[in-house]
Amino acid sequence: MTTLENQIPPTATDFESEQDSMVVPGADGRFGEFGGRFVPETLVPACHELEAGFNEAWADPEFRAELHKVLAEYAGRPSMLTQCHNLSAQLGIRLILKREDLNHTGSHKINNVLGQVLLAKRMGKTRIVAETGAGQHGVASATAAALLGLECKVYMGAVDVERQALNVFRMKLLGAEVEAVHSGSRTLKDAVNEAMRDWVATVGDTHYCLGSVMGPHPYPFMVRQFHRVIGSEARTQCREIYGGDPDVVAACVGGGSNAIGIFSGFIDTKARLIGVEPEGGAAVGRAQPGVVHGMRTYLMQDEYGQVEEAHSVSAGLDYPGVGPEHSYLASIGRAEYPTVNDAEVLEAFVLMARSEGIIPALECAHSLAWIVREAPHIQGQTVLMNLSGRGDKDVAQVMDILK
Amino acid sequence: MTAQSATRPAPGRIESAFRTAREAGRSLLVPYITGGYPGWTEAVQAAVAAGADAVEIGIPFSDPVMDGPVIQQASQLALDNGVTPQLVLDEVRRLQVGVPLIVMTYYNLVHHDGVHRFADRLASAGISGCILPDLPLEEAGPWCEAADAAGLETILLAAPTAPDERLPRIVERTRGFVYSVGLLGVTGERSELAATATALAARLTAITDVPVLVGVGVSNAEQAVEACRVADGVIMGASVVRRLMEGGPDAVGAYISEVRQALDAE
Ligand SMILES: Cc1ncc(COP(=O)(O)O)c(C=O)c1O
Repeated sequence: MTTLENQIPPTATDFESEQDSMVVPGADGRFGEFGGRFVPETLVPACHELEAGFNEAWADPEFRAELHKVLAEYAGRPSMLTQCHNLSAQLGIRLILKREDLNHTGSHKINNVLGQVLLAKRMGKTRIVAETGAGQHGVASATAAALLGLECKVYMGAVDVERQALNVFRMKLLGAEVEAVHSGSRTLKDAVNEAMRDWVATVGDTHYCLGSVMGPHPYPFMVRQFHRVIGSEARTQCREIYGGDPDVVAACVGGGSNAIGIFSGFIDTKARLIGVEPEGGAAVGRAQPGVVHGMRTYLMQDEYGQVEEAHSVSAGLDYPGVGPEHSYLASIGRAEYPTVNDAEVLEAFVLMARSEGIIPALECAHSLAWIVREAPHIQGQTVLMNLSGRGDKDVAQVMDILK
Repeated sequence: MTAQSATRPAPGRIESAFRTAREAGRSLLVPYITGGYPGWTEAVQAAVAAGADAVEIGIPFSDPVMDGPVIQQASQLALDNGVTPQLVLDEVRRLQVGVPLIVMTYYNLVHHDGVHRFADRLASAGISGCILPDLPLEEAGPWCEAADAAGLETILLAAPTAPDERLPRIVERTRGFVYSVGLLGVTGERSELAATATALAARLTAITDVPVLVGVGVSNAEQAVEACRVADGVIMGASVVRRLMEGGPDAVGAYISEVRQALDAE
């Protein structure tokens, strides 16, 4: 019981002490020169309202207690740490997993969604819209909407509807409406556009439940705060179980929510922070600032500023941008953002299944792929990897590829 | 409260032309045409010949969040045909139409180029103003300064969701005219003019004598007339682009003439 209390900061007072280590953006929503609020005028008042609503709720011990309770009793927090004995021996490192795959609905996404949907309800909204790539955020949104009695509509790129059919059915089963998006690259980027267009038209009664640390202020900040629970738990657990901080903390980066969640627990330690991007979606890798989806951030774009399509075997990482705080952490050199290719990812996917009896989401197989490649250079070190989701949703797709 | 603020600079080309027309009792008509769509330059000429007071030219962007299906489709087709911002501007330079031309695009194309370079490009193509629907007041500073310096009028949008305290700040910083967003939603044709269209236009005309034009969701001649009972003019997008896609430049000309006649008959 006491460890649970330690691991999920339930009060506003704990939040004050959290503030030391991570940037708290001011009214301009900036992390250094990244972030901001580049949205149609119609949405500016809604962003202001959300910012005020979030700040007020986050400082309210009652809201924090309510969130704490639902995270514990419904989502299954705290999530445990698992040491991978077989892989550790094979790779010559100590590999520890933070098991976000064991949360209800199967990924870290539920942390943010429960926070946002509780907040939406508190703000008097009756409907949520969400975008989804792999479908994990869509499933989490549909789940929270069912639990808390809100209407839910999920936008999903037509390409992803096809490769994540199981999650589409799960969302429908949970009572959500799923709309396939046929514009642009028909993946996550276009689903975000369509969700924003919906929100522009329905802003009075609707909350846009954004699924990562991206979008206009206050989303990157708010979503990070909802995912800090990953890092706070992991920090306490590492110290209690292994007697210290890890040498390396690794997580995959689509928009960057699971990564920022776990990074936030170790930002003030000596740990190397590694955000792994897919080779075909290396927003940070290219380090070219742009403005899309409400934020200024590193963005894959052509010579004219048209946003490029990302290409990755994993729908959840198929995104040409990245949350602005990651651009900031990269620009100051605090975190590194290497890339891995699809072949390495598929190998890592199978490796984790065979070696540990854990089928990871394709997204997290990116982190393992980097760890495998890096292992010779970090012999003997302790590596904490965020296992952000389970791989059931990917099994059919991988089966097709490996045939 | 309709006196001009002391801090507003002298009106530029668009604002002067619109004030003059308004004094003559003319309702302003500004069609939107997607740059780079087949036949677009002829459509601009046809619209002007049919009585447009200015033309808004869209520079296609990959992620147009303020646009509904019709304009999205036109932009995508132009992009698929290899249209770039400079190709559109090169054709603009060759257009001799005698009314102000306004560029509408999204901020990343500006940001990518750099605000000063983009402003200079527009100015040297003969563009008079610019609308960036994803650049709200708080983020608009650097662009507005660059545009001012290049002699371009930056038209800001005001939305029905704006609280009263916000509108005067938008009106203060806009140049050319105020773009009064007609409804909660993206561009596209609607069967009726939303109640928000006239309500917001009335809130704006009550606090400024800068011309107020209603755009987004003004879908036919009848709705244009209704909007102009409160506002100084209208911007018509999806209904124009659909005609360009279905019937080419001539259909655009015929449509603009029809709207012009309806407005003049009032
Ligand atoms: C399991 C899992 N991990 C990671 C991601 C990527 O999102 P983020 O970078 O915000 O953590 C997704 C997105 O769908 C996911 O399902």
